[in-house]
Amino acid sequence: MKIETHMNWRYVCRLDELPVLGARVIERSDEEGGNVAVFRNDQDVVFALLDKCPHKGGPLSQGIVFGERVACPLHNWTIELKSGEAVAPDVGCTKRFPVKVESANVFIDLTAHA
Amino acid sequence: MSKPKLAVIGNGMAGIRTIEELLKLAPDKYEITVFGAEPHPNYNRILLSPVLAGEQTLKDIVLNDWDWYKDNGINLITGKKIVDIHRTKRELKAETGEIYSYDRLLVATGSNPFILPIPGANLPGVISYRDIADTEAMIDAAKAYKKAIVIGGGLLGLEAANGLKLRGMDVTVVHVMPWLMERQLDERAGKLLQASLEAKGIEFKMQANTEALIAGESGRVAAIKFKSGEQIPAELVVMAVGIRPNTELAAKSGLAVSQRPGGILVNDTMQTLTDPRIYSVGECVNHRGIAYGLVAPLFEMAKVCANHLAEYGIGRYVGSVTSTKLKVTGVDLFSAGNFQGDADTEDITLSDPIGGVYKRLVIKGNKLVGACLYGDTVDGSWYFKLLREGKDIAEIRDQLMFGESNIGDVGHEGNTRAASMKDTDEVCGCNGVCKGVITKAIKEKGLFTLDEVKKHTKAASSCGSCTGLVEQILMFTAGGDYSATPKMKPMCGCTDHTHQEARDTIQANKLLSVPDVMKFLNWRTPNGCSSCRPALNYYLLSAWPKDYIDDPQSRVINERAHANIQKDGTFSVIPRMWGGETTADELRRIANAVDKYKIPTVKVTGGQRIDLLGVRKEDLPSVWKDIGMPSGHAYAKALRTVKTCVGSEWCRFGTQDSTQMGKDLERAFWRMYAPHKVKFAVSGCPRNCAEAGIKDVGVIGVDSGWELYVAGNGGIKTEVAQFFVKVKTSEEVLEYTGAFMQLYREEGWYLERTVHYVSRVGLDYVKKKVLDDAANRKALWERLQFALDGEPDPWFEFDKARVDTRQFIPIKPIAPAEAIPAE
Ligand code: SRM
Ligand SMILES: Cc1cc2nc3c(=O)[nH]c(=O)nc-3n(C[C@H](O)[C@H](O)[C@H](O)COP(=O)(O)OP(=O)(O)OC[C@H]3O[C@@H](n4cnc5c(N)ncnc54)[C@H](O)[C@@H]3O)c2cc1C
Ligand code: SF4
Ligand code: FES
Repeated sequence: MKIETHMNWRYVCRLDELPVLGARVIERSDEEGGNVAVFRNDQDVVFALLDKCPHKGGPLSQGIVFGERVACPLHNWTIELKSGEAVAPDVGCTKRFPVKVESANVFIDLTAHA
Repeated sequence: MSKPKLAVIGNGMAGIRTIEELLKLAPDKYEITVFGAEPHPNYNRILLSPVLAGEQTLKDIVLNDWDWYKDNGINLITGKKIVDIHRTKRELKAETGEIYSYDRLLVATGSNPFILPIPGANLPGVISYRDIADTEAMIDAAKAYKKAIVIGGGLLGLEAANGLKLRGMDVTVVHVMPWLMERQLDERAGKLLQASLEAKGIEFKMQANTEALIAGESGRVAAIKFKSGEQIPAELVVMAVGIRPNTELAAKSGLAVSQRPGGILVNDTMQTLTDPRIYSVGECVNHRGIAYGLVAPLFEMAKVCANHLAEYGIGRYVGSVTSTKLKVTGVDLFSAGNFQGDADTEDITLSDPIGGVYKRLVIKGNKLVGACLYGDTVDGSWYFKLLREGKDIAEIRDQLMFGESNIGDVGHEGNTRAASMKDTDEVCGCNGVCKGVITKAIKEKGLFTLDEVKKHTKAASSCGSCTGLVEQILMFTAGGDYSATPKMKPMCGCTDHTHQEARDTIQANKLLSVPDVMKFLNWRTPNGCSSCRPALNYYLLSAWPKDYIDDPQSRVINERAHANIQKDGTFSVIPRMWGGETTADELRRIANAVDKYKIPTVKVTGGQRIDLLGVRKEDLPSVWKDIGMPSGHAYAKALRTVKTCVGSEWCRFGTQDSTQMGKDLERAFWRMYAPHKVKFAVSGCPRNCAEAGIKDVGVIGVDSGWELYVAGNGGIKTEVAQFFVKVKTSEEVLEYTGAFMQLYREEGWYLERTVHYVSRVGLDYVKKKVLDDAANRKALWERLQFALDGEPDPWFEFDKARVDTRQFIPIKPIAPAEAIPAE
């Protein structure tokens, strides 16, 4: 593993422990930076975002997932899972974390700024 | 591989709108080149009138600036007229001789002003009113000259006259017909309009036939001469006597063109009849015999055309209903549909000559087919909506004339005059959007439809009660609400299919999953969006109650977690209290749970039960278990509460046991999913302490039995329930309620409450299905009981209710070495 050696990978769960077109939450205190949402879409791509909508902090993990997007459960902003960017015309961005799936195991680096 | 080439002739409103729609669907499909005869980027032609009147500047009305073309990789060639299309070689020739090739072509050449074939029509000082150059010529003329004549008393002519007058000229409007705007107004309104324009200082010469324009010594126009022989001096003459589709290029290139009323012949996919590689949209086309002269139809055409250019192959343009509003500040007039009426129609009129108000509504059967309003057009957009949607107005006919604010619109009455609002006045209370923000967005982003305003400003996107107001602001700012004819309105951006089409398809083809429906109907997106997926999930559930497997990921969080999400991400728990009754034991268990889980707020709801607010998600299953009461479904599009009063058991006025009736209803209908939430109430006598008059089904006990009321609504816009039927026994209450509910479940669109469903189909229809047809009533009630039989309580039967309990367990990440064999 070349460039990845400096990464701080942590094991999250097995891929099939994440609901398809859904998400689960990694709980962290506010001091640790707050909860992280780990999403899985129907192509088994996994994404991780800070569980805070750029609008008013809604928990994105609770939204409806479609394509590579999630709709925030509070006021229905749409957020790109890949980039954390709100879809126009809304403007804002939420922090994202590197994730990888290896032999159906999901890993995250909570220390890195993706 | 290089991309196919799409060429657009005409850099105007219809052509560019088509490109905008195309870019949304297939941004990289074509190499696009746009040719425009005018030396400007695309601008809002409608707003030339406010520019002429000095209310806006040319800079304000640009819709797509130069950068827009650059950013979207569009090759824009302005100031260049295309003079030939070589269809077999697929080449275009410009006036200046260059040749361009294309794979597909879009002709959007708009229309030309009609010039009266009279002597002197081409003298200097005689102009038409179509583009920026004309507008600038008028503005310049107003600086140098005094006497203006406008030939034509239609929309364009009057807007020109008004602008020239405001710029200081003496203006006379010459019109051949006996009254103004005869194609949009009846005689009374036309005369009122003339009077108010006269009050602004504009003069009129009616029923006047122009014979010639006479040159002065300088060679510039100096006078207008009528057939009567009379002459009046004129230093500027504006001809605004109509437009003709600009088909010169098309005809020359062998495309079929209609002689009358003119226009390039196109089919429902906006392809020219002659050459399927060539599309055409805008004022230059003739669709099913009609050549339109307003923008709303052009936008609908653009959408369809873009869909076919993107090769999605769905969507047809089937024609439009249009409305007219004159953009002269201070003059309120509106007309739409068949405002003149005919042998089969009836009129409702209101006329107040002193107050300067005249309204005429034209009705055919139970539908509004035309409206002509003068002096008070606040309800124009509402009438237009009733008209386009073909709403059944039988129930509101007697109040129709008094406008929307009179139809039970509590709290919104009075100050709905968008025009008189200040920029800082709040329009949308839900999202805190004020008028200034909306007008700014409309102008800066070039918005035309209600949907666009919703998207960009969030106004009218939550509870929707300010929709009418936003439509009015649109009307004043962009000249109208150009929303597509709603009967063709698709479910969302993922599809062109309507709610009804999706429903019918599910039924007809026995589709059994959300992905199957999307595949069958060619959804554009891989798994829909947060708006269509919950709708499809409900349609499947209501169509195939025992066969469809509910998809929790297609439900919004409240229905997935079976609790209401709060603004801080915690949840609320509202257990069911049958008919609003509780016991010491239940209260004790609730109290214990509140202590144990440190629940911050306990509140009695507006629906006669208790709400525990601020419960952490991971505590939900334990809280449900500890309180041991059934789910109140306060989070679901399902039966919520059944409110009751004490009734005959205690109350000295009670005639019926309303509490028992309420409990029976609640036990019979709980766990019932529906298009939207459903609320019942039962009162023991007509004093109606349970407020049954504003519920989806309200039951009122009377001495001889029960009265049933349906389709009330207490929420955003309070609507009083309508009397439905009187029955004798409580069994009948259940049966009639059940039949009505099942009809709504089977036919209501997702997020349509009973009040909106009933106003869409008409109460008479519901009565026919439920009251007049006893067999059908019983069948409906049986289907509902079949659907409800064995429905699980989601707070206790997780598997059966398909509750994914993993959601209640947070994940703790660990170092890989501890979890799995080292890599
Ligand atoms: C809790 C409660 C307020 C209270 O503290 O009393 C309440 C709370 C909410 N109401 Fe309500 N409504 C409550 C009774 C009502 C009532 C009164 C009633 O039921 O008798 C009405 C008017 C009656 C009616 O529905 O016609 C009412 C009309 C609405 C509306 C407007 C619905 C409409 O069609 O006009 C909404 C918005 C919506 O549904 O889109 C709404 C939406 C909401 C939501 C769900 C807003 C949201 O999306 O988060 C609130 C959820 C808070 C929560 O998490 O618990 N609530 N809401 C009441 C719960 C009643 C219950 O026991 O289930
Ligand atoms: C003053 C005024 C007020 C109006 N008010 C309203 C209103 O209140 N409400 C409403 O609904 N509608 C209104 N309209 C009508 C509305 O503006 C038109 O319906 C709309 O602009 C038509 O769009 P289009 O793309 O078909 O044509 P256009 O916008 O005219 O675009 C056609 C373009 O093609 C160019 N072109 C033509 N031939 C060639 C060629 N051979 N080569 C290259 N380029 C070519 C033209 O120069 C023009 O720029 C108004 C119009 C005017 C003039
Ligand atoms: S409970 Fe109802 S009325 Fe109160 S703030 Fe929430 S939605 Fe509005
Ligand atoms: S908090 Fe996410 S949309 Fe408002």
